[in-house]
Amino acid sequence: MNFFRQFLLLAVFALLFAACGNDNQEQQHSSRDGHEQPVELILTEDGRPARSVLAEQQELHRDNGEEPQTLDPHLAEGLPSAHILRDLFEGLTAESPEGRIVPGAAIRWNISRDGKTYTFYLRRDALWSNGDPVTAKDFVYGLRRSANPDTASNYAQVLLPIANAAEVLAGDLPPSQLGVIAMDEYTLQISMRDPTPYFLALLSHSSTYPVHRTNVEEHGSTFSRPGNLVSNGAYVLKDWVIRSRIELVKNENYWDAQNVIVEKVYYYPFEDQSTALKQFRAGKLQWTSEVPNNQFKWLQQHYPDELMISPWLGSYYFGFNLQREPFIENPELRLALALALDRDLLTEKVTQFGELPSYTLVPPGIRGYVSPSQEWAEWTQAERNSEARRLYAAAGYSEENPLRLEIRYDTGGNNKKMALAASSLWKQVLGVQATLLSEEFKVFLQNREQKVLTQVFRAGWISDYADAYSFLNLFRTGHGRNDYGYSNNLYDSLLDEIAAERIPSRRRRLMFEAERMLLTETPFIPVYTYVTKRMVNPRLKGWQSNVMDHHYSKDMFFLKAASEQATVVADIEAATVEQTEEEVLTSDIVAETATPVIGSETLITEEGVTPDEPIQEREAVVPEQAPTAADGKEDKTLPQGLLE
Amino acid sequence: MMQDTGMARHTLRRFLGLIPTLLMLITVAFFLMRVAPGGPFDSEMVLPPEIEANLNAKYHLDEPLLRQYFRYLGQVAVLDFGPSIQYKDWTVNELIAQGLPVSMRVGLTAIVVAFVLGTLLGITAALKQNTGMDYSLMGAAMLGMSIPNFVIAPVLILLLAVYAGWLPAGGWDSGIASMVLPVITLSLPVTAYVARLTRGSMIEVLHSNFIRTARAKGLPEMVVITRHALRPALLPVISFMGPATAGMISGSVVIERIFSIPGLGSYFVQGALNRDYTLVMGVVIFYGVLIILLNFMVDLIYAWLDPKIRYDENH
Repeated sequence: MNFFRQFLLLAVFALLFAACGNDNQEQQHSSRDGHEQPVELILTEDGRPARSVLAEQQELHRDNGEEPQTLDPHLAEGLPSAHILRDLFEGLTAESPEGRIVPGAAIRWNISRDGKTYTFYLRRDALWSNGDPVTAKDFVYGLRRSANPDTASNYAQVLLPIANAAEVLAGDLPPSQLGVIAMDEYTLQISMRDPTPYFLALLSHSSTYPVHRTNVEEHGSTFSRPGNLVSNGAYVLKDWVIRSRIELVKNENYWDAQNVIVEKVYYYPFEDQSTALKQFRAGKLQWTSEVPNNQFKWLQQHYPDELMISPWLGSYYFGFNLQREPFIENPELRLALALALDRDLLTEKVTQFGELPSYTLVPPGIRGYVSPSQEWAEWTQAERNSEARRLYAAAGYSEENPLRLEIRYDTGGNNKKMALAASSLWKQVLGVQATLLSEEFKVFLQNREQKVLTQVFRAGWISDYADAYSFLNLFRTGHGRNDYGYSNNLYDSLLDEIAAERIPSRRRRLMFEAERMLLTETPFIPVYTYVTKRMVNPRLKGWQSNVMDHHYSKDMFFLKAASEQATVVADIEAATVEQTEEEVLTSDIVAETATPVIGSETLITEEGVTPDEPIQEREAVVPEQAPTAADGKEDKTLPQGLLE
Repeated sequence: MMQDTGMARHTLRRFLGLIPTLLMLITVAFFLMRVAPGGPFDSEMVLPPEIEANLNAKYHLDEPLLRQYFRYLGQVAVLDFGPSIQYKDWTVNELIAQGLPVSMRVGLTAIVVAFVLGTLLGITAALKQNTGMDYSLMGAAMLGMSIPNFVIAPVLILLLAVYAGWLPAGGWDSGIASMVLPVITLSLPVTAYVARLTRGSMIEVLHSNFIRTARAKGLPEMVVITRHALRPALLPVISFMGPATAGMISGSVVIERIFSIPGLGSYFVQGALNRDYTLVMGVVIFYGVLIILLNFMVDLIYAWLDPKIRYDENH
């Protein structure tokens, strides 16, 4: 009797669960529909989105991956802080949605003939969030504070190209000796130690942001808290609940506030990518910092319009310890291992998100620089394998006497899978006996740096600025991250030449030469170029993929959902009837942009008006305006390397 | 009277005993953290030596280790855990003060749910020993204990938050809705464990002589269970609840990560991984004090529950 009752109960439960299951499948569809397609983008005359297509609610919820370490721009390091600080502050330069350097707080600048003096002319309409004008003195104060040893900034190395910066950081000179002078209220002069063609890009980095002096002096170490922080960017800090959310609201005093569309930005520190994805699917986020590593197929199938993948300025390598056998003086063996790694297979099967197979040190995407191509990069994998076997045998290894090596990597990400795949490829092609060793990140870093225990190790580099030198410099003798133990006098002197060279074409040739020299010696194996991968609500526009993965909230906006299309049409009709100044052009533009807008890349059509054009025009005007009497011909307002 | 002074003396002794224990804890934690390879400023990006020197100077990491140790002891003595090295805008005290209420809310709710539900289920199973009810309850408990929470949590989120849309998928707004899933996930294994503990000790107690006597007296079964059997049967549960409570209100790393709750738990892991010396020390000391205090409370509850235990030194 009792058993019978139990059985009934179980049956009821089973039925309930089954019912739930059916429910779920239906629910899944409705939640997918939560991300509605946007209406077509209509731009006004000056390249801004027309009011009629903008959604009523302009609140952006961004997943930031982690809690930012700080919102003090001079202490900041790491991506989470950088993302928020780009919204809060504005440096002398800024970046356009596609990642070009554009004027920020400085409206124009000129660079002396030797590349060692930069003069910046600041906007006269720029204000701090408390209404004070942003002046050259604020930048002087900011840069001195950033270089001051008492500030103890992690990222002050960004300042090292500035004259006396190294001495100030070392405490040998007072901060007032830093090569930064306010010529007048709105003119700032920076003297350089070396001509640094990528310096303008560094000036959009948080270490160079201005801070409000009285604000910092009044609140000390708590000046970056909500209520205290005075900033000069498009947004101000409204609220900060630690490890929960950071709320920014539009800065009404920002000089370009009339073109800032998103009113509020929320940053969430979702450490778990699946959590962020679930929040995105539930419609609570419009932007995730990453997606779970193993869900490419599922995401591609279910969220093709939301999944955004684009190359990043960084690469994944395997490094060799050149100070330890068997890799000392053995470039052929290293090349054999490099040849035998089937990168197409690794990117297709292991990383899966469309990472680009890589054969060079410097990833693609740096304007004006193309890496030297390796001859064998054009071969088929079968050809590479047979050459690898030849080199392997020539180095004295065989089936009876296989190469034994250890692959060391840090836990996390795809590292384990990559090491496993590499070891099995090496075994399959060459018969190499590889052992794998995984270490906690900081332990791994230390072992890699000491170059005593490592043989083959996981390596990689993501650059803070779009310049090949950032990658090449890693192999300089004595560089802190030269974990390969690579040392070549010729290479070092090439690097010195690059550092001193200011003519872009010559500098480019030198960098090309250096990279080729490095690649022929194979001190590392390039494997693939990283991609950024995130979910973005299809109605969020105004941003573009760029290799730096820098995205300013001020450029973004939400379009109405397609289901609201009826209202848009009605709006336009109303506008045409009234013949208002603003809407006269929209009908033309509607015709022009009649092709469907797919994804963010095609957001701004090539022949269409881009939001950046006004800025480009400004740049073009600069040379005539710049007071460059004596050496005007050579005087370049913008280095070509960055802005071509 | 006699019992009261014994109790007071016992309390005092326990409190004094706390100091060497804590000192030991601080010392071991302090030096263990420093033995771990790497430091707080190591990252993929290498710092120029002058910058690293500035950073070390700022956090006194350039001083001899022993001096750092005594400096730290001095700080702890005035309850100042110093600035966090990782979260530079906050002190460790502020981080704990912000995280603790969150962890407490989730943890205490979960522990109450687990205790009430667990004991009820345990008693039910014990009373219906070896019936289908007993088997299915204990089977479910076994399941609850053995499915890890990092499996249960995503499944719950998918079912109740993503598909059904009844509850938030994560995040924290201090509301009840954002607490439901974390509390369920957190309390499930503890409920299951408490149920099994209760059942076991209840069955044992029910077979003991004084229960037989009580029943022989003709007491109603309800009174036998609530008045006589329950109190001794709960003893092992209570001694389990002490450390369990400490663990739960100081936060669970897995739960906090999956539900994105800003509690204390992930500071242990994040702090250790980042070599955020001050943060790790702060939460370890805090957790240590919590365990010691809760164990102490368990002792007191023991004395109240079990007439055989008295802290009278003359016995």
